[in-house]
Amino acid sequence: MPSLGADMEKGKVVEWLKKPGDPIARGDVVAVVETQKGAFEIEAFEAGILGEILVPVGVEAPVGAVLARIDGPGAAPRPAMAAPAPPRPAIQPVASPPPRPAQIATGRPRISPAAARRAIELGVDTRGLSGSGPGGAIAIADVEAAARKPAAPQPSAPPTGTPGPRRGFDPAAMRQAIATAMARSKREIPHYYLSLPIDMGIASEWLAAENARRDVERRLLPAALLLKAVALALRAVPELNGFWVEGAPRLSPSIHVGWAIALRGGGLMAPAIHDADRLTLDQAMAALRDLTTRARVARVRGSEMMDPTVTVTSLGERGADSVFGVIYPPQLAIVGFGAPRITALPVGDAIRPRPVVQATLAADHRASDGALGSRLLATIDRHLQRPESL
Amino acid sequence: MTTTYREAIKQAIRDALNRDERVFLMGEDVGRYGGCYAVTKGLLEEFGEARIRDTPLSESAFVGAGIGAAMAGLRPIVEIMTVNFSLLALDQIVNNAATIPHMSGGQFAVPLVIRMATGAGRQLAAQHSHSLEGWYAHIPGLKIVAPATLEDARGMLWSALEDPNPVLIFEQVNLYNMEAELAADAGAVPLCGAAVRRAGRDLSLVTYGASLHKSLVAAQLLATEGIEAEVIDLRSLRPLDDATIMASLARTRRILVVDEGWRSGGISAEICARVAEQGFYDLDAPPARLCGVEVPIPYPKHLEDAAIPQVETIHAAALELVRPSGRST
Repeated sequence: MPSLGADMEKGKVVEWLKKPGDPIARGDVVAVVETQKGAFEIEAFEAGILGEILVPVGVEAPVGAVLARIDGPGAAPRPAMAAPAPPRPAIQPVASPPPRPAQIATGRPRISPAAARRAIELGVDTRGLSGSGPGGAIAIADVEAAARKPAAPQPSAPPTGTPGPRRGFDPAAMRQAIATAMARSKREIPHYYLSLPIDMGIASEWLAAENARRDVERRLLPAALLLKAVALALRAVPELNGFWVEGAPRLSPSIHVGWAIALRGGGLMAPAIHDADRLTLDQAMAALRDLTTRARVARVRGSEMMDPTVTVTSLGERGADSVFGVIYPPQLAIVGFGAPRITALPVGDAIRPRPVVQATLAADHRASDGALGSRLLATIDRHLQRPESL
Repeated sequence: MTTTYREAIKQAIRDALNRDERVFLMGEDVGRYGGCYAVTKGLLEEFGEARIRDTPLSESAFVGAGIGAAMAGLRPIVEIMTVNFSLLALDQIVNNAATIPHMSGGQFAVPLVIRMATGAGRQLAAQHSHSLEGWYAHIPGLKIVAPATLEDARGMLWSALEDPNPVLIFEQVNLYNMEAELAADAGAVPLCGAAVRRAGRDLSLVTYGASLHKSLVAAQLLATEGIEAEVIDLRSLRPLDDATIMASLARTRRILVVDEGWRSGGISAEICARVAEQGFYDLDAPPARLCGVEVPIPYPKHLEDAAIPQVETIHAAALELVRPSGRST
């Protein structure tokens, strides 16, 4: 049971996506765990064959407990334990090969067109079904077998697009988790606050020109520039990237930016965009889109909750002028961006209307001082004045 | 009565010569030698030099002469020894025969019939063994047929002569010695429309020519393992009978195209594209193909056999489609 945040003590397994005997690649999503903050996908850290499952669905386990064993590559697949296999449909006579997971690395199920149509007719949720077709794809027979089983408590699959919300998402529990973390932050962390207005004129013009050349789906949002600017600035000021652990700062060599996402049903999470300083703007944009979409349907992975080394909160177009964030413990800093406002700004000898964003920093005074924090904000500013180099 | 595919074609030619005085046959060695596959043996003695004409070794010349004769009102049957040699007459076939009815606004019909041998299996090596009928099926203005049974060998020729368009008849070389029953009163059959040669529910084997018979044997093998394959004989490669293919797919939901021709850009690719376009939501597995290996057909027997679909490979491909062995695609 991985720790999905400093305040987590236990979690409940709500779904196993792999069965004993299934091959597992590093990074595969193997299970879904429910915590106070919602349901999260748990990835495998090792490759191999899934051996015995030790914590079945519906059971709570403390952080650190062993959920299942992964046998080394080459280990003989074990016979499936748990529930007996569903009866084979009549159209499949004699012996069949063992069912294989119909998931591929993208998480999109492989399903034949005929099976997909039949699933809609029968109202069968194909997520998690095993496939008996070529390449492990879900075939009609698999769908019809699933339809014959007693109705599962799962909601039927939405016809296309993003999968629906996970079970186990409880806004009240998430509120409680936020309360715990924020109270701990304000109790333990001596925050200091800095702010710097940043002229976004050049960045806006560059973005408009860049987007004019792009297809709609490839357009960039200002958020991608902000994300990249913060990540690059943290390379120059690494003292603000990392954690406060056991009375001392522990800096992180990687820059994993936790991006604060407000959830529609209330609540907030800040999952990681890994190695944000090494992403191109297109990759950063894609990562933001992907993460936002998944966060809103509670499909964020455990590693994304564990990994952030810093947090960025951006209020967007309709937000307030500025935000002084509360550090997510045990991180060292949180960077905030207010809504862009047209502001009278001296440019050379004249006063000009310019789009201005208030950049703010809340940092842990135990680990750093205001001069260092100022350097971070100034570096972010400098990057945003040269958007073409982001 | 039991007879051969070769004899069924000869009967068809004799019948056409008797029925219509405008019909005549020409090609290399069709007269005195009796045809390189002995299809026309004896016809010169029976019908004389005016109607059974040996030509110089120039495919371009005698196919062109056939086009002219057809435009002028005759009903020529042109024999080309093998599809490989027909490439020498491509200009006449593709630029003239196929286009003249269109370019003349329908003033000229080209009721020309070209028969040719196709395919591998006789150890004749790469310049005499290819299966290029799928190429010709690309050309609007032509009709492309491939009789695989004695009934079709006997019956397609007359229908082809009646057709105002140029018709190419492809005779797979391994079929000439095939023996089967043929009704004494066997006659003309429609040129187009695929035939379901074996009904089944688990997958559709779509094929034509000599591969039909290999597919039927493979289907018998599959039946002993509880898999019922439907076997479709395309009969015509242009036009293709989409309706029969899609109706079969709707029953079986799996399709394997068996084609001696090469895979890339072949008739099997066209069939799979149509299946994806018209039958997508009936598919319970990706459309599959078993084609000729993409090499010039080799001369040695074991390599020639390995280069084209065989009963064992058809059986294995069908099995993989219905009961995947677990190898990921």
